[in-house]
Amino acid sequence: MDGIDVRNLEKQYQVFRKREGVWASLRSLVTRQYTTIRAVKGVSFRIEPGEMVAFLGPNGAGKTTTLKLLAGLIYPTAGTATVLGHVPWKREIAYRRRFALVMGQKNQLWWDLPAQESFRLHKEIYRLEADVFERRLAELTELLEVKKLVGQPVRELSLGERMRMELIAALLHSPDVLLLDEPTIGLDVVSQRKVQDFLKHYQAEQNLTVLLTSHYMKDVQALCQRAVVINEGEIKHDGPLADIVDRFSTFKVIDLLFAGDQRPQGLERFGEVFDDQFPRAKLKVPRQHVPEILTGLLSNYSLEDVGVQDRPLEEVIAELFTSTRADAEDASGPTGDDGRSDPAGARR
Amino acid sequence: MIATWRVHWFVLQTSISERLTYRGDFVLGTLVRFLPIVTQVFLWTAIYAGDEAKQINGYRYRDMVAYALLVMLGRAFSSMPGLAGGIARDIRDGTIKKYLTQPIDMLGFLFWARVAHKLVYYAVAGGPFILMFWLCRGYFTYELDVATVSAFALSLILGFLVGFLMESLIGLIGFWFLEVSSLIFICMMLNYFLSGHMIPLDWIPSLFAEGSAGRAVATVTLKYLPFQYMAYFPAAVILGKIQGEELVWHLVAAVCWVMVLYAANRVAFARGVRRYSAYGG
Repeated sequence: MDGIDVRNLEKQYQVFRKREGVWASLRSLVTRQYTTIRAVKGVSFRIEPGEMVAFLGPNGAGKTTTLKLLAGLIYPTAGTATVLGHVPWKREIAYRRRFALVMGQKNQLWWDLPAQESFRLHKEIYRLEADVFERRLAELTELLEVKKLVGQPVRELSLGERMRMELIAALLHSPDVLLLDEPTIGLDVVSQRKVQDFLKHYQAEQNLTVLLTSHYMKDVQALCQRAVVINEGEIKHDGPLADIVDRFSTFKVIDLLFAGDQRPQGLERFGEVFDDQFPRAKLKVPRQHVPEILTGLLSNYSLEDVGVQDRPLEEVIAELFTSTRADAEDASGPTGDDGRSDPAGARR
Repeated sequence: MIATWRVHWFVLQTSISERLTYRGDFVLGTLVRFLPIVTQVFLWTAIYAGDEAKQINGYRYRDMVAYALLVMLGRAFSSMPGLAGGIARDIRDGTIKKYLTQPIDMLGFLFWARVAHKLVYYAVAGGPFILMFWLCRGYFTYELDVATVSAFALSLILGFLVGFLMESLIGLIGFWFLEVSSLIFICMMLNYFLSGHMIPLDWIPSLFAEGSAGRAVATVTLKYLPFQYMAYFPAAVILGKIQGEELVWHLVAAVCWVMVLYAANRVAFARGVRRYSAYGG
């Protein structure tokens, strides 16, 4: 079976719990207390060959643990998974030749050597034919615009350049599955954009199966149609990215542009005013009341322009991550508390 | 098989070019390592007080100086600076992922990288070594036949293998204990003593009274421990302390130790990876 198939995957960690203080430290030498952490709780999803799926969740949600399971770095406590028909944690050489794992915060290249030396080593490790290797290297360095930099020691490259080199190293052997953990972390806007454009183009061309985690919603929106949202080890959403906003955002934003130079009064009656810069203002209003509120606004104020928008994906995701379990499961009626705490969080 | 060797050959080449990055630092470090031998020669000169005929446990003054020099040569093969610590660090900070996700064998990779380090080291230290032995040529009055020299060469290679496998085994303990630096220190101390780096190993039994149980235990224990192959054994071969049947016995014993340590490494690696839970997940 191709693609990625995950069924009831579960991973628990035993974590040593140390109490505060010297006495507790001494006691812990004799008796230790362990807590079990369920990092991934019975997760199931399926990714078809050639699909690029975003894997979203706050820090500690279980994303990286799941990626590590799929890369065969750790063994699950329960459940099964197959990637390209292989069980990852058997770590068969045949599997290792067919996938690549790129972690934005870890580098695989030799720090003191030019990237091309690492590439040549990869050529041997993955047993690539000389002409295939040269062709792929030329193609990838061209696409990522780093042709001139391959001869420079990796330590002298900028973070963005290094990340692009990491991607080349990971893709030289034409993997069928690519696991990307925060590939754009810490990159500037230009580098982020380059990596995004490359991934989009390359994935489409090679029909690569990609599972990508990122905290940058821009990455996600640029690259993926589908998103799997995980929080506290459980899947909260699996479907089109666009559905996240529909499903979890209980508020909409009304943009107002007032006519005349009279500052409008009593706007708070209609919703939460969160960006008040006369003659413009933004109102956050419950989704189901948008029609009445619009009517009210139009009849009470003289307006030059009105627009109703969905809240940015970023904010919705942030809300989704901070909301409790019950809220996520029953998205139709979250409490007012969540709503109130949200804009502050989103503007951070 | 050939493909595997090609990979190793590339690891070797790449490691050599990496090693040559910080040439200055490397050359300086290599040369400074010759300082202890100078102090050792002074020390033994003082202990023997210039008395050519005096013997301590069967070692004349010139034997002692030759021993110190030969041990230094043996250590150039068997010492593995940074290997155990490097493995433990790779485990702790997650660099080990590279070895687990790529179609490559970590121990094989590290082994060939180490061979490369050693080759570069010999290229740099070769000159000073030759100079040192040439200056001290007066101390070497041993009759060397082809068999002895071959046994010596073999003992250096075995010393390299034992040294590598012991250090990597200590490093692999990092799978169980994240911090192994104190363990490495303890092993270093033990090694310093039990390999014969500090004093010739055949002196230790004579610390006990003749015919005492302690002496018997020390003699037997020392005969079977693997540490001696990292320093004492090669030197003892040249000094003629180990000859004939005993020499063959020790060569076989060293090979056995290499096999045992290799198996232990493989088991530790397999179990360690099983235990490994990719910290920071």
